[in-house]
Amino acid sequence: MDVHKIRQDFPILSRYLKNGKKLVYLDNAATTQKPIQVINAIYKYYSEYNSNIHRAVYQIADEATEEYEKTRESIRKFINAKYLEEIIFTRNTTESINLIAYSWGKKNIKKGDKIILTDYEHHSNIVPWQMLCEQQGAKIKYVDTDENGYLNIESFLNLLKEKKSEKEKTKVVSLSHMSNVLGTIHPVKNIIKIAHEKNIPVVLDGAQSVPHMKTDVQDVDCDFLAFSAHKMLGPTGVGVLYVKREILESMPPFITGGDMIKEVHKYSTVFNDLPYKFEGGTPNIADVIGFNAALNYLEKIGMGNIREHEKELGKYMYDNIKDIKDIKIYGPQNIDDRGGLFSFNIEGIHPHDCATILNDFGVAIRSGHHCAQVLMEKLDIIASSRASLYIYNTKEEIDIFVDAINHVRRIFKV
Amino acid sequence: MSEDIYREMILDHYRNPRNKGKIEKPDVRIHDSNPLCGDEISIDLRVEGDTIKDIKFDGRGCAISQASASMLTEMVSNKPLTTIKDITKNDILENIGLTNLGPARIKCALLSLKVLKLGMVKYYIDKDPQSAEKLKEDSKVF
Repeated sequence: MDVHKIRQDFPILSRYLKNGKKLVYLDNAATTQKPIQVINAIYKYYSEYNSNIHRAVYQIADEATEEYEKTRESIRKFINAKYLEEIIFTRNTTESINLIAYSWGKKNIKKGDKIILTDYEHHSNIVPWQMLCEQQGAKIKYVDTDENGYLNIESFLNLLKEKKSEKEKTKVVSLSHMSNVLGTIHPVKNIIKIAHEKNIPVVLDGAQSVPHMKTDVQDVDCDFLAFSAHKMLGPTGVGVLYVKREILESMPPFITGGDMIKEVHKYSTVFNDLPYKFEGGTPNIADVIGFNAALNYLEKIGMGNIREHEKELGKYMYDNIKDIKDIKIYGPQNIDDRGGLFSFNIEGIHPHDCATILNDFGVAIRSGHHCAQVLMEKLDIIASSRASLYIYNTKEEIDIFVDAINHVRRIFKV
Repeated sequence: MSEDIYREMILDHYRNPRNKGKIEKPDVRIHDSNPLCGDEISIDLRVEGDTIKDIKFDGRGCAISQASASMLTEMVSNKPLTTIKDITKNDILENIGLTNLGPARIKCALLSLKVLKLGMVKYYIDKDPQSAEKLKEDSKVF
């Protein structure tokens, strides 16, 4: 893949900041930049066929419906789902997980049941389950990660075994494929296999993994998969929920009202067919259409190539920062086991200060708890800095980043 | 264009639907609706051996949905029940002469086929649940 050619598709990457520095964007785990193809697709919708979908019978509404539904098919192919109706549009990963908890969870999780999460989860994969537990009287148990950021499989097996009473039963396992702080790519296929041996369904949070590596839901055999368009070149406001059809068929709707119905009578309603039953109200039409351009863009480059690019850059970054004095980099050292995102702390320098000084160099990184306070508590830190890579990043940008880090150290005299 | 859609044949079936009504004590009765126009179709079947001896549809909705249902009843009347399985989306669209429908209106045209296929699955589900499951899979219209 030709990174310099790719960069030309991203208008924002040629932008200069107030201080005259060129933008070096290294906050891709938070959201990615958008290629002109995505921006144009949204522009085209609003300027040529803006209309509401599914209902109206005039030409531009047909065009909008067709384009909207094309994205669904692209997603199906992208994650290799078996059926089109297994793909549901939401606003983001958070909403996707809420849909699971409120619809499937409320129906299936009862008093005394157990929900297994891991200690590296993003808040979006913790809080909805906590809410559910509060309502249903269930409880959450956490699988540990070890000091190198690997999942402790023993602790997972123990949780599955642990049984205080006959009534207590693990009903679901929910975990991220790739940690948004540690960068670890977890062996989810194996975890899913173990859970399935006990007939426990598994929710996969793919927010960090789907944008960066090939995802095949039939191969890993997850029951649910949630991810967001905006972390993979797409617009904000579009999330995806994949659910195996046999599970989806038994789930009650989540958001109810317009578009998700077939017939409404005074005191009863017949819901629409899958997947529309789960898409209440006018959806984010423009951005769903824009997302298709993003998927096409990624497919054209190839997810395998993207992963290779990030491994190469990731190794370059790791090798260039690992010897910085008093730096602590979290997560696995082996690049095969991790994505291109690096959380770190330099002793004596708060991450916010680090990120502020990096900004003087035009370098955009994230600092804070990364919506993973459970993990922060375990690591016994209040925050970390995080640099994360994507298809358009270059070694030259990493050099600027490393220079900037050294400058931070000079300022703080550490 | 609209004149192409609302040709004499469609309007004729719409105004004078064939096989409209209900069968007393049908072997199968099945109903579905289309959220777009609010079309509703229910189909009653009387099956003898493996042959559709009688078919009636009832419903209300747009001209395309009702005419398509009317034509479909003529298409399968006195045929083996299993022929329903092989009817495709294109068979219907060609039969009613509307191969250019957009994604919204195509659902009107195919509602009756969807109902009929569901009816066939329902008929077999008590008799042979396993092959009914398979039929269900093969019967997807959309």
